[in-house]
Amino acid sequence: MLDQLINGLVVGNLYALTAVGITQIYGVAGVINFAHGSIYMVGAFVGWMAVTWFGLPLLPTLAVVLLASALLGLAVERVAIRPFGGSGRTVLLLSTIAAGLILEQAAQLIWGPETKAFHSPFADVRFRVGGGSIGTLDLLILAVGLSTALVLWLFLKRSRLGWAVRATAQDREAALQMGVDVNQVSRLSFAMAGALAGVSGLLVGLYYHSVYHTMGFSASLKGFTAALLGGLGNIPGAILGAYLLGTAEALGVAWLGSSWRDLIGIALLIGVLLFRPGGLFAAARQLLPEPTAGTFIPIGRPLQIPRWALLAAAAAAVTLPLVVRNGYWLQVLATAWIFGLLAVSLNLITGTAGQISLGHAGFLAMGAYASAILTSRLQVPFLLALLLSPVIAAAIGVLICYPALRLRGQYLAVATIGLGQGIALVALNWPALTRGPLGISNIAPPSLFGYEITSAAGFYWLTLALLIGGIWVAERLSGSYLGRALRAVREDEVAARAYGVGLERYKSIAFGASAFIAAFAGVLLAHSYTYIAPDTFTHALSLQVLTMVVLGGLDSTIGVVAGALALITIPESARFLAEYRFLVYGVLLLLMLRFRPRGLLSAAS
Amino acid sequence: MSVLSVRNLTKRFGGLDAVKSVSLAVGAGETVSIIGPNGAGKTTLFQLITGAERPDGGEVYLEGERIDGLPAHAIAARGIARTFQNGRVYGNLTVLENVLLGAHARLQAEFGRPARPLGGVLGAIREVIAAVARPSRLRRMEAALVEEAREILSLFGDRLLPRLHQPAYSLSYANRRRTELARALALRPKILLLDEPTAGMNPTETEEMTDVIKQLQARGHAILLIEHKLDLVSAVSHRVVALEAGQVLVEGTPEAVWSDPRLVEAYVGRSAGQSRGHAAGDAAAGTPAKASGGAAGKAPGDAAGDVLGEAAVPGALVPLSRRATVH
Repeated sequence: MLDQLINGLVVGNLYALTAVGITQIYGVAGVINFAHGSIYMVGAFVGWMAVTWFGLPLLPTLAVVLLASALLGLAVERVAIRPFGGSGRTVLLLSTIAAGLILEQAAQLIWGPETKAFHSPFADVRFRVGGGSIGTLDLLILAVGLSTALVLWLFLKRSRLGWAVRATAQDREAALQMGVDVNQVSRLSFAMAGALAGVSGLLVGLYYHSVYHTMGFSASLKGFTAALLGGLGNIPGAILGAYLLGTAEALGVAWLGSSWRDLIGIALLIGVLLFRPGGLFAAARQLLPEPTAGTFIPIGRPLQIPRWALLAAAAAAVTLPLVVRNGYWLQVLATAWIFGLLAVSLNLITGTAGQISLGHAGFLAMGAYASAILTSRLQVPFLLALLLSPVIAAAIGVLICYPALRLRGQYLAVATIGLGQGIALVALNWPALTRGPLGISNIAPPSLFGYEITSAAGFYWLTLALLIGGIWVAERLSGSYLGRALRAVREDEVAARAYGVGLERYKSIAFGASAFIAAFAGVLLAHSYTYIAPDTFTHALSLQVLTMVVLGGLDSTIGVVAGALALITIPESARFLAEYRFLVYGVLLLLMLRFRPRGLLSAAS
Repeated sequence: MSVLSVRNLTKRFGGLDAVKSVSLAVGAGETVSIIGPNGAGKTTLFQLITGAERPDGGEVYLEGERIDGLPAHAIAARGIARTFQNGRVYGNLTVLENVLLGAHARLQAEFGRPARPLGGVLGAIREVIAAVARPSRLRRMEAALVEEAREILSLFGDRLLPRLHQPAYSLSYANRRRTELARALALRPKILLLDEPTAGMNPTETEEMTDVIKQLQARGHAILLIEHKLDLVSAVSHRVVALEAGQVLVEGTPEAVWSDPRLVEAYVGRSAGQSRGHAAGDAAAGTPAKASGGAAGKAPGDAAGDVLGEAAVPGALVPLSRRATVH
């Protein structure tokens, strides 16, 4: 018990180091920095290099990590924040996601995809304390955490620059008028937050004896959770929130087992978003104003594609397998059609209704798992599973998203990450239904009317048929009065409500229809891979689909299919690109947001 | 029976009474104007009536049915349409789409009526099915609505009709306000709430808008109007309600209200009642001399183009008793 508490406090300290930076950046720049976890990861790798390659002792390592990650924080500000000064916060959110993705992929290319063992540069001696024990590393972490908190407090309360930071966080405009250089404050905050994140990454690497390039994602989720628990922008709150999260997780793990750690974190994240979005220490439940209306979709019109061109393209796609006999390419294209279907579904939420969803892999997972369970465990015929799974996914999807739909902008975005991740974690922790981490294997190939589809061409046609069906449904929906209502929600929530468009109802319709279409893609994915596991449906997959939508053009059904086609086939046709695929996604996303925010095919505004 | 009746409506923001026990009624075909200085609680009153904010006390009735506490979209569906002070159109939607959206509540009632047992869920599913399947009933209704939208837009002559398919962000400011009003009319409201429909418009445009409002009156619309331009208020109002510090100060016909000493007092200063000359002089200290001129003698209605509560109305019409900034 005491051991668990000590463990909770130590881990809480680690969370606090990330949460403080997230909350400070939110206070100063008004944006949740999604690249934060990546800086943390790079910090861990820099520390690992310093110790393992150069044999540096602890203190110089700390100094190197501090410096490197502060510089990285500055770089993120320069690349993902400053060029987007005039854009809305949602664009900033996406640009920091892109920056994080770029860092993560660059790390994979530099240091390799495998987990690195991280041996501590000093001996870990454990001392007995009452009924538990505490090690030198624990003490180091506690010391770093507490001294950081103290230095930060002194800086903010006592130094002029600290005043400037606090003034900017309170009221950016007023601070500007009082002569505070808010851009300098912003840069300083990114450098400080980066440094703390890097140190946190280093300590976590030491604590778990390992570093790997995807470690940043879960760290940033923990950081968001702690920062939200404390109330975004509230630094002491973030520290308390981090201790709370660390302790709750440690106790939960002792009680339920270690695979529950992340699920407990997610539950806290969703819980605080739903019931106390202003944080545990805010006076009452309040939704912070998040003016995103009309700022997300930049002004302009997507390019109109003539009908004959679409029909010609569809005809070409249908007849392609008669010409192309290469099974590999048909497979690649079938994958492109599956992702096209996913992009079409995400476009309903993000393009038409203007809501950010970063957990789209969750809907895909529900469709895939539903069909896999129905066909391989309950012996339901494929066709029936194909029709039932989307209904199940839409029903569960709306049910779990509904409470979050009154959140707006960045808060909704964080909630959707949590929900998407939560779905994967439920799959992981419910072995009776999903076989847990083992996943479901030997999923039968699709069969229709007693005819089993095993050929590449057959599967190609099946995916294409469902894609065309998905496009048709999405276009009908988007061209009807419902589409108009969804766009009204996107453009101005207040004015939409004042004209009879109930926000919860129509956002639910967008999420439900999207989950329905995405689940078809999930079914296809399950039966084409023949094996699915919780880690098939990663956060990176959600970002991949989002990139396709932004590339193809928000609110353009045909455009996002083109985006999916391009992002799947181009890395395949140029093999040297395949390795850099996700790096390319990140760079593309950033460039698109900067230069063509309405998509590649949009008419210039 | 009144179309809209408001009883003892109250809203507090922190320690400030933004709207304090306000009662008013609008009868069928009647136009009632709300005037008052900035911060008097005019827009807050609109927010409360339309459900954008929840009142802390009091009641609102629409044709006898109690509607306070309902969510904004439900109140809109019952027949209250409002325009916004700063003109909120959907920028990336075309003029036609903006106006058609005004008819959304009717479409929802037709194709997404909540079936009893599961409430909204079945209704929402029905709506999605209707949108995808597009039964002929839906197509006919949409076509009829497009005709209706054109007819509404013809109210503004050729200001908007040639721009039917232009996105709203490309419109001039005055045209956005017109689009907003057209959208409100497409709701077929029982009562129209217009929040400063001519704010930021030049005199010609203001005159045009005055004519439009008169046409709406001729068609029998009940209107609740917030306006600072007193000539417009005089020209269209059956009754005027003057708000000050969240409370009804004076109410009556325009003529009666203009000549009511309490109004002048509220704008010019506490002592105005006793020694007007002095008070006006005091009030005008630091304001343009022109403004101090007619405080006592001239009724506000005579001064065409005067803007109540903004600047140059008889006596510097900035309330001295209180300068809150509640919108």
